[in-house]
Amino acid sequence: MSDLARSQNQETFVLNLGPQHPATHGVLRVKLTMDGEYILRAEPVLGYIHRMHEKMGENRTWAQFMPNTGRLDYLGALSYNHGYALVVERAMGITVPERAEYLRVITVELNRIASHLLWFGAFVLDLGGFTPLLYAFDDREKILDLLESVTGSRLTFCYFRFGGLYNDVDDDFITGSRAFIKRLRSRMPDYHNLVTNNIIMIKRLKDVGLISAEMCRKYGATGPVLRGSGVDFDIRKNEPYSVYSEFDFDIPVYHECDSMARYMVRMDEIEQSLRIIEQALDKLPEGPVMAEKVPKIIKAPKGDYYAAVEAARGTFGIRVVSDGTNTPYRLKLRSPTYSNLSLYEEASQGMLLADALALMGSLDLVIPEIDR
Amino acid sequence: MSGYFKELFSGTKSLAVGLGITFRYMVKPVVTLQYPHESLQMTPRFRGHIELIPNEETGEPNCVVCGMCQKACPSNCISLAGEKVDGVKGKVLTKYILNFTTCSLCGMCVESCKFNAITFSKEYNLAGPSREAYVFDLKKRLEDKKQ
Repeated sequence: MSDLARSQNQETFVLNLGPQHPATHGVLRVKLTMDGEYILRAEPVLGYIHRMHEKMGENRTWAQFMPNTGRLDYLGALSYNHGYALVVERAMGITVPERAEYLRVITVELNRIASHLLWFGAFVLDLGGFTPLLYAFDDREKILDLLESVTGSRLTFCYFRFGGLYNDVDDDFITGSRAFIKRLRSRMPDYHNLVTNNIIMIKRLKDVGLISAEMCRKYGATGPVLRGSGVDFDIRKNEPYSVYSEFDFDIPVYHECDSMARYMVRMDEIEQSLRIIEQALDKLPEGPVMAEKVPKIIKAPKGDYYAAVEAARGTFGIRVVSDGTNTPYRLKLRSPTYSNLSLYEEASQGMLLADALALMGSLDLVIPEIDR
Repeated sequence: MSGYFKELFSGTKSLAVGLGITFRYMVKPVVTLQYPHESLQMTPRFRGHIELIPNEETGEPNCVVCGMCQKACPSNCISLAGEKVDGVKGKVLTKYILNFTTCSLCGMCVESCKFNAITFSKEYNLAGPSREAYVFDLKKRLEDKKQ
């Protein structure tokens, strides 16, 4: 740090990264105070894609907010659907049929894999490798086809309803999902040989971009960032919701705290999600996909409700306050990447610019979710 | 020093393995589609913009102008009007305008319809020169389709 201290008196310059920059994956602006190639301070500037989702929630009925949840984190939209459905079901005291719960888990996990695959491609692209992106997109396309055949859309899903699902799946989806599990399992060794074991990748990521567990606690970072720092925390295990407690899966945890650890957590999570889907497909019960006693016009009883789900990027929490009318009184969204980005300023201090961008990539930022 | 050469060797090997994978995929069949020349068939549940369903017998829209779709829409993009016609039970649809610029394809309108009057189209090749090109007159579309 002595170099850093000395540089305070020397000439520094401000480098503007974004709001239109391929490495920020959206309209994120970072004001970098640089000393040559080294970062003295990185200040994220938000607000370029703020759409007042929370305020929108207060101005429309409970059901009408559902499409909005698919537009927060557009890469893992189903987890957000799930979170909102959970909180309203909790408020209304609706029990979801078992088949619907299983299908929720299957579709959410498929969506998580799609999100991680896209991150994998884009992250390697940030580091200068183009080819893995094409393979990742090839696999992701298969998931989107599967999800399109049940939900009707490919990205901004609006599939869950209070008390169940929009519609049931057919046999094609079941066989398609099984075929996909087989396919992705055969592709994972290729990914590891092509990217994980690649010497350039290792040199760029190993022992670079350290984020300690203490820093995660300070800023409230969750998800793969937290698990890459050696903390075993996943809402699916720690506070099981839906039917997650019925499946046998592991939470990947790495103690290295570097960018490589976060990379490995996500790659392992893909495999664990495949395990969950496989078990859910085996156990999938017959029955309805929609609860019987769901009122047509939702009016949640007075009170304060909270639900949290494990989205692809971390803990997504949603808190609603109801005054008993047909619109929420207050709707607060706690999005994971907002917290994950908050630690960037501290974590990137004194880093080389190229390494700091690798660190930013390893945080897996989705800007519309930060600026909701 | 030996560590340096060891790493040099293992590093070069890892690059060769990666290259081997890309070469393997190079000779595999193409997975992409030459889009304007070929296009995909949409799945039955694909949610395009909505369209009116005609009555099987009369060919007129099934819609009875109850306005449930209008109420269900989160973005207020549906506006419709109807009138009373002698000899017909209920109202007859005169105008059904969908402002597709604000539609988010959530499907709340189709779900709320109890008269089997609207459905999703399978259209996804949408391009237009102006904003007005996306204000769809669905009744007119249905009539054009009939001819």
